[in-house]
Amino acid sequence: MAEREPTTGAAPAPSDDIWTKCPSCKEMAFRKEVERNLNVCPKCGYHFRVTVAQRLSLGVDRGTWRELMAEMAIGDPLGFVDSKPYPARLEQARASSGRNDAVVVGIGKIENQPVAIGVMDFEFMGGSMGVVVGEKLARLFDIARERKIPVIVFVASGGARMQEGALSLMQMAKVSAAIARFRDARLPYISVLCDPTTGGVAASFAMLGDLNISEPGALIGFAGRRVTEQTSNQQLPDDFQRAEFLLAHGMIDAIVPRHQMRFTLARILTMLTRPRGNRGAGPVASKGKGKRSGEVS
Amino acid sequence: MKGNSNGHKARGAKSRAIDIATAQPPGPEPPSAIERVRLARHPSRPQTLDYIDLLMRDFIEIHGDRRFADDAAIVAGLAYFGRRAVAVVGHQRGRSTTERIKRNFGKPLPEGYRKAARVYELAERFGLPIITLIDTQGGESGVGAEERGQIEAIARNLDLMARLTVPTVACVIGEGGSGGALALGVANVVLMQENACYSVITPEGCAAILWRAGGEENVAAAAAALKLSAPDLLELGLIDEIVPEPAGGAHTAPAEAAHLVGAALARHLERLVKLKPGELRKARERKFAAMGSRYLTRVSAESDRSID
Repeated sequence: MAEREPTTGAAPAPSDDIWTKCPSCKEMAFRKEVERNLNVCPKCGYHFRVTVAQRLSLGVDRGTWRELMAEMAIGDPLGFVDSKPYPARLEQARASSGRNDAVVVGIGKIENQPVAIGVMDFEFMGGSMGVVVGEKLARLFDIARERKIPVIVFVASGGARMQEGALSLMQMAKVSAAIARFRDARLPYISVLCDPTTGGVAASFAMLGDLNISEPGALIGFAGRRVTEQTSNQQLPDDFQRAEFLLAHGMIDAIVPRHQMRFTLARILTMLTRPRGNRGAGPVASKGKGKRSGEVS
Repeated sequence: MKGNSNGHKARGAKSRAIDIATAQPPGPEPPSAIERVRLARHPSRPQTLDYIDLLMRDFIEIHGDRRFADDAAIVAGLAYFGRRAVAVVGHQRGRSTTERIKRNFGKPLPEGYRKAARVYELAERFGLPIITLIDTQGGESGVGAEERGQIEAIARNLDLMARLTVPTVACVIGEGGSGGALALGVANVVLMQENACYSVITPEGCAAILWRAGGEENVAAAAAALKLSAPDLLELGLIDEIVPEPAGGAHTAPAEAAHLVGAALARHLERLVKLKPGELRKARERKFAAMGSRYLTRVSAESDRSID
């Protein structure tokens, strides 16, 4: 659950070196070239993890992003100490990320359509969900419901945050209840499962989208691979808990490569929110400029 | 929960909770966190089917998820509780070795959550109150459970329970472990027996990840750190009431334990059945929406302006 598990998951986003080695095909490539390719290996299509900032710049129209609730933070409700006190862990994560917790929420436009967006930060304590993540996402769904705009959440999380104990468990219920209200208003919610999506986060809002789509190769599951291996006493398939495995078992709607993500999301939203009379007006390519009319954020 | 609390100070609700624990006649120290975990897992502790047997009449068990199989780790059915027909859903760990294996030690498979979902929907359609009894270490970690989508099965139950317009009362009767417990736990009223535990992860799992080691000492430290006892949960505002147990634990006098659980369930149900369907859903939503909010603060932060 919570903390990042060192033995699972893909490699982190490319480092600062000039060269980057792809963990999948082992080929070397210029870091700049990989970045220009949206952090996808130009040789084999391996998807590196991306930061929140990169995710936003990939997905959201330039100059339209407005972050909400950036100042929301948590203290130390349990007085939790393992090898380090929880406040020290939080402090460290805050210092290195410049944000208060593991999700960024706000409103922006995707291909000129206003959308409420949440992006989880796996770099912040493994993207784990505590009270702040639960509260921000629940409020985001409520705000979107009031404004009658869709929600997209880019999920990347190891699960619930152990340092907040049962408080973190209950955030699964909090967000799910907010989604239930939102869905009753017949507004679309698309969950984008990124690498990795596991534990209590996978078992709640990540799987409650009208559509649940994934990036190629993303790790998605409930229990960790090591634990599963021990419990089941069997060799696990190589693609166990990967997006392709879930797709084959009927558990996700589609796998969408990063290059096509923005325009696929925009197209889905257009189809769901304006099912009639929009033939030809929808976005046709990822660089589609705002030709649409009648939208006010 | 007493020792090893790292200077975290009790307030309001906790002193009330301790009163309950210490109100027992022989009244020594309340058990430590790890002692409560052991009591919650005691092999003779009454389980869901015992409570159904002791508290309800005319139980008709409902089997299967209509998709794949019948999961024996979750039992579900219809019964009379007092004069009222109710739907009841609970984890069942099993007692003999054979039964434990058959019931996967109370760790549900996706089929179990889907059976529960079917019974929630049945109750909703016919306006029956729902009683859930929680007693699991958590979800199953196996290949089949992942293949058949336990993340979807748990998530769907959270969504479904949040939407119900019938009264729902949950009681943690042993161990409430992670998503496997919460899939039965999004209720109007959540009760916990005095020695029950409710946690985001087992102390063993937590010790393995955060302490990077098992061993009794680390597991005990993790149990204390997780604040998983009933008085802790009450103080954190995550449960509504603690149901007292007979001195020494529920296993020492199952009939008395059942009587205490039954009285609490009946009292809350009587209150809830008077509420209108819409109010029941709203009240439940408000209750879960508030969980943890009191611990939020504000810290200044730069906004992400990554796309200019």
